[in-house]
Formats: sequence, structure tokens, C-alpha cells
Amino acid sequence: MYKITKSEQLSKNEYDFWIEAPRIAKKAKPGQFVMLRINEMGERIPLTIADTDDSSGKIRLVFQVIGKTTAELGKLTIGDTILDLTGPLGMPTEIKNYGTVMIVGGGVGIAAVFPIIKGLKKAGNRVITILGAKTAELVILQEECRQYSDELIITTDDGTKGMKGLVTDAMEQVIANETINSSWAIGPSMMMKFCTMTAAKYELPLYVSLNPIMIDGTGMCGGCRVTIDGSIKFACVDGPEFKGTEVNWDEFISRMKQYKTEEETCLVDYQKVQVINRG
Amino acid sequence: MVRRSRTKTPIAEQDPAIRKSNFDEVCLGYTLEEGAAEAVRCLQCKEAPCIASCPVMIDIPGFILAIKKGNMQEAADILGKYTNLPAICGRVCPQEKQCEQVCKLGLAKNFEPVAIGKLERLVADWALENQDFSKCIQNNEAKIGRIAVIGSGPSGLTVAGDLAKMNYEVIIYEALHDSGGVLTYGIPEFRLPKRIVKKEIESIEALGVTIETNVVVGKTITMDEVMNEFDACYISVGAGAPNFMGIPGTALNGVYSSSEYLTRINLMHSYEFPKFDTPIKRSKNVVVIGGGNVAMDAARSAKRLGADHVSIVYRRSLEELPARIEEYHHSVEEDIDYHWLSNPVEYMNNGVGDLNGVKCVKMELGEPDESGRRRPVPIKNSEFIIEADTVIEAIGQGSNKVLLSTFPELKLTKWGYIEADPKTGTTSIPGVFAGGDIVTGAATVILAMGAGKIAAVEIDNYVREKNKTPVTTKV
Repeated sequence: MYKITKSEQLSKNEYDFWIEAPRIAKKAKPGQFVMLRINEMGERIPLTIADTDDSSGKIRLVFQVIGKTTAELGKLTIGDTILDLTGPLGMPTEIKNYGTVMIVGGGVGIAAVFPIIKGLKKAGNRVITILGAKTAELVILQEECRQYSDELIITTDDGTKGMKGLVTDAMEQVIANETINSSWAIGPSMMMKFCTMTAAKYELPLYVSLNPIMIDGTGMCGGCRVTIDGSIKFACVDGPEFKGTEVNWDEFISRMKQYKTEEETCLVDYQKVQVINRG
Repeated sequence: MVRRSRTKTPIAEQDPAIRKSNFDEVCLGYTLEEGAAEAVRCLQCKEAPCIASCPVMIDIPGFILAIKKGNMQEAADILGKYTNLPAICGRVCPQEKQCEQVCKLGLAKNFEPVAIGKLERLVADWALENQDFSKCIQNNEAKIGRIAVIGSGPSGLTVAGDLAKMNYEVIIYEALHDSGGVLTYGIPEFRLPKRIVKKEIESIEALGVTIETNVVVGKTITMDEVMNEFDACYISVGAGAPNFMGIPGTALNGVYSSSEYLTRINLMHSYEFPKFDTPIKRSKNVVVIGGGNVAMDAARSAKRLGADHVSIVYRRSLEELPARIEEYHHSVEEDIDYHWLSNPVEYMNNGVGDLNGVKCVKMELGEPDESGRRRPVPIKNSEFIIEADTVIEAIGQGSNKVLLSTFPELKLTKWGYIEADPKTGTTSIPGVFAGGDIVTGAATVILAMGAGKIAAVEIDNYVREKNKTPVTTKV
């Protein structure tokens, strides 16, 4: 059992948890994730580790409510426990001194880029960060990211914060003014696809973090397979980070929709039960 | 002299018409009376060939004699000396190719062999019902040493049980949230009920074995830590990485590996969706590729999930089918169709990324290959299409690299499995032993258990030898 020691609601649908998991806290590196199961009936879902505190043995998970499991997770609070937490899984980000790096985070993906920003800054890079979201309220972990960034650009679709527009607009701006040695983009699939295209225009290497449907997260089931440079890879063990230009995006986006109907059934059923419980 | 029945005592099974829509166990097992009647058929051979053909050398005539005498406790005690997982073995061992194949009664003209597997199951189930495992064990003597076991499948459980009986402190690290390995995520409920697996694992825990779930060795803890903290370790992580044919359309929605399909069903209870949260496609037309036990399990599971048509595409013929014949018969009774001498060449896209058919080619058998089986060769212009909304590839597994990639010092075979001496389980690194599928490639539960038994003896020798040396050396 893994105890929640801190919980905060970041926006209408986004939550920020600290959870006791000493073994994972000790080992986790930027770019890695955990598999989580709330209870006996629950599914296993992957969540990126947003931060760790080795001294107190805790890990930080930031998530957005999308389906039933994340909805249920959002209902938990300090003192509650999670049945299973496995990790750290996946290959860590290659943290080294590249020179100047550009890191793009979109929506809840900002939580996934945060440890990478932190790691790259500590490794001596000049870090330029772009954070994008639909609206001001959804630009999460802004201050934390700023702390480890040499430059921070915020974009919102509706212009309620920072520049009005997409993260790719900000990317263009940065690339025009700076020599970037490497870059990362994590967020919704469509955003990562377009970030890849933008970076590719300038032959700038860009890494993305894929979040396909996973079951075990240890390379055993093959459910998270993605086509990378024409061959089958498992995101859970070969990734989750890949070179953006090598990802077969259309296939990836199509596979993300595999269980759309079932996921909706599950969430709707869950919400009905919540309504009944509230009387 | 008693007159022996020529045939095995019949055993009750769930009616195929009913069972194909539920996940309850197919074979219902012998009653004590039926078991006693079957036990009478055993010839009690002095140089029993059945013992020699059993990977864990169970005293088969011994426990059968005890059943005949009506002494189930004695039968259970005899079994318990050789195997920690008899209820599991009695259900999933390929008895027809081991003990029962060499049974002298079965070699006599017009006689069937003794139903050794079913008798083992009877005794084991009796023990699970009637024995209080919590009282079994736990002596308070000082432990001889600490052993880490990586993976809680049949091989790991066996080595752990045997070492605990020898008075070692044993910790099993399991990557998943549930223990049992392939017994839990791979073999469906209708062939091996999870409550049986759970109970038998509990009986091993009662020996003093600790199982820590959610620990991925190589990630959560490193091999360095394991080797520093324990006197020896046993790697039994199985062969869990699914193979894919790699034909066009593999990424379509509706294409599964058997590992994913069965893990969703067995480990995650997706057949009980939405009571359980993990979904699985409930398809009309399911095609399974492959001819092993896993293919049978996948096909029969698909039927139980409500598919109208389930067919198995196998590139050779019935004669070469690697699956247990009992499972093949069960599948036929449950209306699973077969496309013999066929191989898929492409998965068809309905235009929006979902599978809607499997294009296959007819095969003919040519000269024998390295495996000794005749090599299937495609027949030109023989393509045909099977309508399908789900396809499951059950074409075998490779070694999972999660642990191995973090432990480059360990010598592997050219196929990527751990190089270990089959007679001892020793690897290229002193103190590190290995066995089961991660050494042999995908095999059977009982072979994995056999490797565990051998390794337990060797680990005991190794630790005792090391303890004699005054200077402590790193494992």
C-alpha cells in the first residue's frame, strides 16, 4: 500500500499528489514512469514521475482526469492509499550537457517535462522552456519550471496567459533567435506530432514521450507497441522517449483510440454511481 | 489378481455447450471413489518408468498406492516431498508426454495408461481442502542464509519452497501486483482456477517464504543490491516478451499478442468488465494464429467472451500440433474451427485503423527443419481471407530484457536467454543461479519446476561451501 501524503487540485481536472514509495523515489530518473493500480478491480495505468524526494521517500504524480481510473484517483486525498505502484519504469532521458536545449510541455505534459527541465539544468544546459495550454488555468507547475529555466515562454490557445497561439509558434520564435542543440516535446499526441514537424523543418533533434495504452508496463504484453523507424518497439521498455521523426504518428494516434467506447462506458458508469452515492 | 479396467476411469467435465460461455473450470476432477477405482489400475512397477520421466521425480506408485489404501493424508505427504505445486501440476502438466506416456499399463495392448495427472490433482485438491498449511512449518532455528528469488512463477516458487524447507530465509521479488507468473497471467481460469494458484502459493508462503510484489529487479532494485544483500539469488523471470509475425497491419486495432489478450483476461479480469476496469474487445469473429497451448487458451477465451466464430490458423497439420491433445479436443468440443496448413500474410484495414480480416496463404509441408518437423512452404496464389475483428498472435515469446539489460556481466546464449548449466542452474556469475523459461525458452510448468528443484540443491551447496570460507567474499 502506498500512502498519499500531499494532494492538491491544480485545476478543474488536474491533480498533484505526493506518494510514499521509498524504493521508487530512490531510483527514479527524469523520463521514467510508474504503473499504478488503485484497488483490486482497477486497471493498471502508467503515469510519469513528476518529481521525487529521496530523503523522505516520496514521489510526485501529476495527472489529468481522463477516464475512470484517473477520476477515481482524483477523489483520493491525504492519508488514502493506493494498492499498487510499480517502478520506476522505462528508459530515463539522456541527461547530459548538450549546450542549449528547448523543452516544450503541453497541458498535463508539463508535469512530464518538469523533471527533464530540472535534470538538464543541473547538467549545465541553457534551458529554454515553452509551456502551452488551452487557457491560463491549465498552465501548471509554472513557477517550478521557471526555477530551472533560463527562459520561459507561455502560450495559451485563448491568449489568457502569455502569447496567444500554439507551442509551435513559440518554437519557431526560439529557433529563429537561438542555436538549439537538442529538444524535447511532451503533451497531447497531436501537439507532439506538430512539434516534431516544426523541429524537423530546422533539422533540430526532438524527442517525444509516448503514452500508449499499457497493461503490465514491463515489456510482457506488447500492448504498447509503436512503430519506430519502421520496426516494432514497446514504449514501456524501449521508450517512452523516442525521436519524434521516427514515430509513425498516424498509427500511434489511431491506436490510442482502441478502447474509446469501453473507456466511455466505464467512466459513465462510474459517474452514475458517484451521483447515486451523493444521493 | 484384480481385473483392471482397460480404460481410464472417466472424469466429469462441464458440458461443452454450457462451458463455452463461462470461465469456470472445464474438468471437474475425480471423486474419492473414482480416484480409488483408478488407483487400482496402477501396476506398482518396481522400477517405475513414470518416476524417471517426471521432471521432479515424484514417487508416483507410492502416492497412488496410498490412494488405493484410502489414505489421502499419506498420499498428500508423499506428493509434498517432491512438489510444492501439485494441484497446478495435476492440471497443466503434459502428463501424456511424460509419466503417462511410459506407463507400463498403457504400453499393454488395448490398455490406457493410469490417469496419473488426474490422480495427482485429486490428492492435491484434497490437501488444499483438508490441510491447515498455517500449522505446517516455521521452525525457529537460525537460518542458514538469505536467498533472493526473482520472479514468482512455477520455477521461482519451487526453488523458494525447497530452500525454505532447508531453513533458508527466502524473498521472492515479483514485478506484477500478483504472484504466480504465467500461472496467474497466462493460463485461463477454465484450465487452472486462480483460487487453486492462490492456495498453493499460500502453502509456499506458509513455509516462511516472503513474496514482495511490485518490485522490478533491474529497475526498483538493482542486481548489485540483490547480490550485496543476499547469499545467492535465483533468476526465474520467464520468457515474457511476445513475438510478432511482423506482417502488414500488425498495428491495427484488434490485433493482439496472446500475452496481451491473456493478461487482460487472467490478470486483469477483463472478462468481468465493467465490474473490473480493464477492457477487452468483445469480438464477433476471432482468428488465433499458432498451434500451441497458448493458442488454445486464447481461442477458448475468445469463445467465452461471446465470439460467434473463433478459428485457429496453424501452418502445419494436426499431426504436428504442439498443443496438448486434451486441450485440442476441448477446443473442438467448444466449436473452435481450424484452418490447417495456413499462414497469415496480412491483416486487413477497414479504412479507419481497425482490423476487418486476415489474409492467409495455404501451406504445404516440405523437408524436415531443425526442429525435426516438416517445414511448411507457402503455396503460390492460394491466398484467402478470413473475416475477423480480432486476431491474436500466439507464436511464442522471447526473453524479456528488463533485468538482463541492466546486468551485462551475465552471459547469455545466442538467443538471448541466460546461459545456465541444466544440471545445476549455475550461471557465469558465482552465486547467481537461473532456471525456467529464461534459460530454456518457453517450455512447461513442470520443466520450470524441475529446474527450481535442481537449483535449490545447488544453492544450498553453494551457500554452505561459502560459509565454510573464513573470508566473506561478495556473492
